Amino acid sequence: MRTLKFFTFLTIILSVTALTGQENANRIPSVIVQKLDGSRFNTGDIENDGNPIILNFWATWCSPCKNELNNIAEMYEDWVDETGVKLVAMSIDDARNIGKVAPYVNGKAWDYEVLIDPNGDFKRALGVNNVPHTFLVDGNGNIVWQHNSYNPGDEYELFELVKKLSLGESIN
Amino acid sequence: MKSCSLLSRFTKILLVSSLSLSFQSTFAQGVDQILSNGKFRGNFQLDMQYYQEDTLIGAQDVPEKILSNGFLNLVYTNGPLTMGVRYESYLNALLGFPAGYVGNGITYRFATFDNEQLSVTVGNFYEQFGNGLIFRTYEERGLGYDNVMDGIRLKYRFDKGLTLTGITGKQRIFFEYGDGIVRGIDAELSLNDAISSFSESKTRIIIGGSGISKFQADQNSQFVLPENVGSMAGRVIINRGFFNLNAEYAWKSNDPSSDNGFIYKPGEALFIQAAYSRRGFGMVLAAKRNDNMSFRSDRNEDQQNLLINFLPALTKQHTYNLLATLYPYAVQLNGEIAYQADLFYKFKKGTPLGGKYGTDISLNYATANNLDTTRLNDENTVRQGYSSSFFNVGEVYFKDFNVQVTKKFSKKVKGIFTYANLVYDQDVIEGKPGAPKIYADVAIADVSYKFSMRKTLRTEVQVLRTEQDQGDWATLLLEYTLSPHWFFAFLDQYNYGNDDPELRLHYYNGSIGYIDGANRISVSYGRQRAGIFCVGGVCRVVPASSGLYLSVTSSF
Repeated sequence: MRTLKFFTFLTIILSVTALTGQENANRIPSVIVQKLDGSRFNTGDIENDGNPIILNFWATWCSPCKNELNNIAEMYEDWVDETGVKLVAMSIDDARNIGKVAPYVNGKAWDYEVLIDPNGDFKRALGVNNVPHTFLVDGNGNIVWQHNSYNPGDEYELFELVKKLSLGESIN
Repeated sequence: MKSCSLLSRFTKILLVSSLSLSFQSTFAQGVDQILSNGKFRGNFQLDMQYYQEDTLIGAQDVPEKILSNGFLNLVYTNGPLTMGVRYESYLNALLGFPAGYVGNGITYRFATFDNEQLSVTVGNFYEQFGNGLIFRTYEERGLGYDNVMDGIRLKYRFDKGLTLTGITGKQRIFFEYGDGIVRGIDAELSLNDAISSFSESKTRIIIGGSGISKFQADQNSQFVLPENVGSMAGRVIINRGFFNLNAEYAWKSNDPSSDNGFIYKPGEALFIQAAYSRRGFGMVLAAKRNDNMSFRSDRNEDQQNLLINFLPALTKQHTYNLLATLYPYAVQLNGEIAYQADLFYKFKKGTPLGGKYGTDISLNYATANNLDTTRLNDENTVRQGYSSSFFNVGEVYFKDFNVQVTKKFSKKVKGIFTYANLVYDQDVIEGKPGAPKIYADVAIADVSYKFSMRKTLRTEVQVLRTEQDQGDWATLLLEYTLSPHWFFAFLDQYNYGNDDPELRLHYYNGSIGYIDGANRISVSYGRQRAGIFCVGGVCRVVPASSGLYLSVTSSF
């Protein structure tokens, strides 16, 4: 009878899991980070109405990171018009520099959505080692591509991929 | 009865077999589902160096010839469940790494269950309360810095903007855990979420309070030491439109340690940061005072070992090598007062100073001073050590005034120009008794030329002038990048102004790197100057070395 109960129990559990489970393995993991006003934000809520998202890890002390985001900033308006893409700039600055993030971002007149991961929780959840590190998220919210470091000119390749995603094409 | 029982047995067999059949299919489906919902992520890094003796620069012979550091992180996420593990390897550790890193092992493993409201972590975890003045565990793998906790963490997020976090555990020191037990609690409340009449207000206010206590047995024969040391901190973040204020005050009960010379004085720290920014303009003013606030889970430890709290350096984190590695500031845990001001401004396109593409300028001024202290001769009463003035400052430890202009000249040419003036107290910052204070001027031109969309040559010319220490330095860097895969770099640091003509040496280094997606391989050959190597604001002293260096990183 014990075996029976056990089997029944397992069957129910697994059926429920199977029924409620969704294909969400490649989604952005849920981690609590900060908005520029200091309030909490769940990274699972990052979204862009079915359009692609560029998720870029950077820091105010990282030269190549700033170079990359400044270069993209020059073309960002056109990118958004053409593909509806949104860039989320995830700063990994800690207490030393966290107060400089908003003034730097505004000083540069960036139009990105900026979030802060001050103790590396989100960075760890995504397996990011060094900054800059870029992820591409497709219209269904799946992470489909990632890239480490930055060489000037990389932004053209990135935009080619964004265009494909905005047309619903696969990039792998 | 028999037939009945037969029937019941028959029913049972039928039931079991049908259930087991359905179980098998559901099981397979369920497992598939679970597997397809789960995701492994992680990263890998290997740094390996072949060392050559180079007596000119003081690079000593390394008996092993080849040293290496490596690690692999693996994190598995499936819905509310996250598990992770890290393997680290030091065979033997690269020169300059803390000597405690010897051998291989699993140094990090944890499981977290998080269902929106409640989050439970067992095993290792990184956590920070507020700005970290009384508690922050974190890692800088590149420096071997890791004070991760091993224990239990609970977080509960209430509906009305309240988050409670409780922790207990021991801290990592190399391949072991420290003696002391660290326990604590933090509460953070968003007033706009908590008070309904305040929810639409343009002013956003977050308040927080935390307490940390550590226990370490007293095994000292000379003193009666407090086995439990408590600390508390309160903080507020106020945000309204373009304005943001972040302030935190922390207090710690007396905590005699080798850092403070076993005095029984309480510690305190204050951190205030105010920022104002709107499109094209940003400004930050910050002040910090920490007095006897070194806080470790082992009172006898030093350097970066077993620190429970985090006292940020209030100075600009430079990236150009002469500025970043010759004279960077390191926080004085026993006491300092520091101020910093930052200004960012964008001259718009089409204005006289903005030109065709706009011009960015940033100014930074930072100063760190000793506290103004009076020694107390109370050896026979309570050993308070010293008294300090809250506002007066003592001698200068560090000063940095710097200005940076970023300018695009044409579609092909872009430049970043930096000037910095430094004052650096070698005696205090590097612990070199009697070494003179260093006064230095630094000028840097960083110019990029774009040959085509994917080919760029970046040139850095840096000059540092000083009468003290090793005298004048110059650096030349040429970096050619071929997007998306290749980079080639040549670096020469030349100590042309050394008083001793024999020591006017070139430190040359050449490197090639290949990047493919999230994989990166680089090889370099040359000399590494003895200096201070910093990542994310934490620094370590690296000895001179010479040889071949291989680095592989990958994220997946």
